[in-house]
Amino acid sequence: MKPVLLSGGTLIDPSQDLNEVGDVFITDGKIVGVGRSIEGPEDADVIDCAGLIVSPGFIDVHCHLREPGREDVETIATGARAAAAGGFTAVCAMPNTDPVTDNQAAVGFIVRQAQRAQSARVYPIGAISVGQEGKALAEFGEMVGAGAVAVSDDGKPVASAQLMRTALEYARTFKIPVIDHCEEPTLSAGGSMNEGIVSAQLGLKGIPAEAEEIMVIRDILLARLTGGHVHLAHMSTKGSVELIRWGKERGIRVTAEVCPHHLSLTEESVRGYNTNAKMNPPLRTAKDVEALREGVKDGTIDLIATDHAPHHYDEKEREFADAPNGIVGLETALAVIVTNLVETGHLTFSDLVDRMACTPARLFNLPGGSLKRGAAADVTVFDPKTHWKVDASQFVSKGRNSPYDGMPLVGRATCTIVAGSVVFRSGIPARGREKVNRTRG
Amino acid sequence: MTTKTTTVLDARAVERTLKRMSVEIVELNHGTDDLIIVGIQRRGVQLADRLVKMIEGGEGVTVPQGSLDITLYRDDLQTIGPRPVVGPTHLPWDLEGKHIVIVDDVLYTGRTIRAALDELADFGRPASISLAVLIDRGGRELPIHADVVGKKVEVGEDERVDVMVAELDERTEVVIVPKSTA
Amino acid sequence: MTGTLGKDLLGLESLTGDQIRLILDTAEPFKEISERAIKKVPALRGSTIVNLFFENSTRTRISFEFAEKRLSADTVNVSVAGSSVSKGETLVDTARNLEAMRIDMVVIRHSASGAARFLAERIQSNVINAGDGTHEHPTQGLLDILTLRDRFGDLKGRRVCICGDILHSRVARSNIWGLTKLGAEVAVCGPRSLLPNAIDEFGVRIFDRVEEAIEWAEALNVLRLQFERMTAGYIPSAREYNRVFGITRERLDRAPRDILILHPGPMNRGVEIDSDVADGPHSVILEQVTNGVAVRMAVLYLLAGGKPELAEAAKGGSGRGREDRE
Repeated sequence: MKPVLLSGGTLIDPSQDLNEVGDVFITDGKIVGVGRSIEGPEDADVIDCAGLIVSPGFIDVHCHLREPGREDVETIATGARAAAAGGFTAVCAMPNTDPVTDNQAAVGFIVRQAQRAQSARVYPIGAISVGQEGKALAEFGEMVGAGAVAVSDDGKPVASAQLMRTALEYARTFKIPVIDHCEEPTLSAGGSMNEGIVSAQLGLKGIPAEAEEIMVIRDILLARLTGGHVHLAHMSTKGSVELIRWGKERGIRVTAEVCPHHLSLTEESVRGYNTNAKMNPPLRTAKDVEALREGVKDGTIDLIATDHAPHHYDEKEREFADAPNGIVGLETALAVIVTNLVETGHLTFSDLVDRMACTPARLFNLPGGSLKRGAAADVTVFDPKTHWKVDASQFVSKGRNSPYDGMPLVGRATCTIVAGSVVFRSGIPARGREKVNRTRG
Repeated sequence: MTTKTTTVLDARAVERTLKRMSVEIVELNHGTDDLIIVGIQRRGVQLADRLVKMIEGGEGVTVPQGSLDITLYRDDLQTIGPRPVVGPTHLPWDLEGKHIVIVDDVLYTGRTIRAALDELADFGRPASISLAVLIDRGGRELPIHADVVGKKVEVGEDERVDVMVAELDERTEVVIVPKSTA
Repeated sequence: MTGTLGKDLLGLESLTGDQIRLILDTAEPFKEISERAIKKVPALRGSTIVNLFFENSTRTRISFEFAEKRLSADTVNVSVAGSSVSKGETLVDTARNLEAMRIDMVVIRHSASGAARFLAERIQSNVINAGDGTHEHPTQGLLDILTLRDRFGDLKGRRVCICGDILHSRVARSNIWGLTKLGAEVAVCGPRSLLPNAIDEFGVRIFDRVEEAIEWAEALNVLRLQFERMTAGYIPSAREYNRVFGITRERLDRAPRDILILHPGPMNRGVEIDSDVADGPHSVILEQVTNGVAVRMAVLYLLAGGKPELAEAAKGGSGRGREDRE
């Protein structure tokens, strides 16, 4: 593997308070030099990063890669490549596959498929319960031994408080977070969008915010009871943010994530019965969006994850109530955050890198998340100012179900490096000076 | 292309013409027995009003008067764009054995009368149907003729005939105007 | 004066007050046609109309069928029980097949909210919503409003209360849209478990007790209580519903004025409405049915509008104010 020199970019790494123009030198899959004007060896691959931002690689702790079982809509390979195209150097794959990833063989399968893909890293998440049926605990130890980095029954909530308690206690042995999809199933049953004026006008059964908040406070209290680490998936309501703040103030080990769509879209996107605006938890109101933005800014919400959920065109092309939940997000996440949070002044780029790279790595105990010397060479290079129009038909992912299709956004990954290898390079030329004998980033 | 308006009949001339027509109608029918005067929406109705009054003045008999809206029987319903509003149709009699006189303001292509005949057929089977029009401007596209004509008029390609009645249009008069006039 | 409704009638939410008035005005002459010996006019002769009913409904389908046949259209009835997902052929495929057969108009009733719009976006034929899920039932709303207009004249400021299961009612939603656009004052009355949470934002008054509604209203539109609501636990029983919310003779006798009684049908006599009210002197339920055919004829007539580009060619000389040629 050739050494790589990333030259002249703005280096942003909140893990070491770094925010200045400089170079990053990579050898043997590790970061060996960070600073101004590094002279690389003759044979180094020099990538001109002028006008671009160089950061620790983004990590998405929540995505659905559909393999095994639904390779028609996404595979680990296509998902990993889509992640790389979005600037992600690693993703964590949720276990609601077919069959469910609830044992060491299944976890091992994902690890091997990921290695074959030779793109972004893919860390498996194991199921909390066998078959995700919410009854019997899965073998956390065996799954972690095979490579699982967390456990979750996502797709579904853990309806039983007793099971959630046991999972939080048992997970302590392996020092992994338990991720919960917070949804009280009897309140949400039959619902297909947020409960409010839009659902009342469209004649669709709604899911009230309380369906999420009831489980949020339940999980926070169980984390207090057990001392375990609960990570709350895809938060969507103002009430949830307030409850998490309450829990953190009391030193409870609760962490939370939010998805780009809940930071940028509201239930108004559903008008016209647009199934590409249908996901679970649903898009809520402007008040919720504002509270979530504040939460990301002040750290109540620790990190940003995509909940990338590809679906087949035919499955989404049906009556709203019958269509499956979920949208893709790996290739638009960065742009949606830049356009809706950085350009609006809610977040700085330093905050963005923290929420998308440093914190995911730290909370989930994953390599990466830092540009420190000796760290794994997982690096994201992105253009913070480029304007582009989303074209779902050009996605690397097999999924096309995106509510952002056709929208103009700002910000895009230009180069993604995993373990020192370039796994994604865009055709978009970097802004900045022309360099002779040097390749563009 | 002509730009001026020509008056064909002023209010008094219209009255005189209608008077003569009312006498002809009674003459054709050999009296007023079983006679029903049916005006075609819209101005045919006002003209029928006047004819019925004149017949009453002349014969001392009030002849029954109906109205017919032919919109739903038009043969060009598919091509005229936005739907015209349908006016009221009032024919509350059994038509068997009756002599219907259809009254209209202008006879031109004959398609309105064809539609009226179709509609009357759906109401029943009168003993006879005849046609009285104030203006006959020629230009028939169907084999339809008027039995009682107020006045025959020559109208150019780029002109049309407008019949106005005081009940709807502030004055009574028949004019020829260029087609482009609103 | 002429007007257009666009390609489809999907709901009253998207219509203006003028468009609603156009439909009501157009329905008037169609009432007369239903009184003739030959109840038929050739206006839609040669048009093919499919009644695509995914939900059982005898009365609405028959009403549409009469409307279509009285306009001389050719009609085909298609009944599909159950949702498309469980029955194999998707709604998309059904739409494409209809289009391939060059159907002029489709009247669709479906259990999924948004199904009519889904169809309308995918085929060129005119689509008329005969009820989609709990979203809208525009022709029912229109015939209710026409019935009220026949009795009240102008609807501005008139007090109409809709009683019953508003949460699951497409008839309620269409009525609320239509009546508010024509300036009526609208209220709803029912148990809170059967009112949408966001009802405050609909611009209507809310009465928790039917006695209060009767005190206020000039007309009551009484909705049918569906028995599924009891099994789903929204209310405890039909008996309690009748005792607390039923429109009974005793309650109406205490009203300060005569109140018109409407009901979209079919009625659960003795549940939401008592027989002596339904058959009583203030009930206009049968007028609703008569108006239903006229309103549907008006809608079909207006939607089947011709092609505007040929309108210019068709214009010719004639009497003032007349669009056709003599």
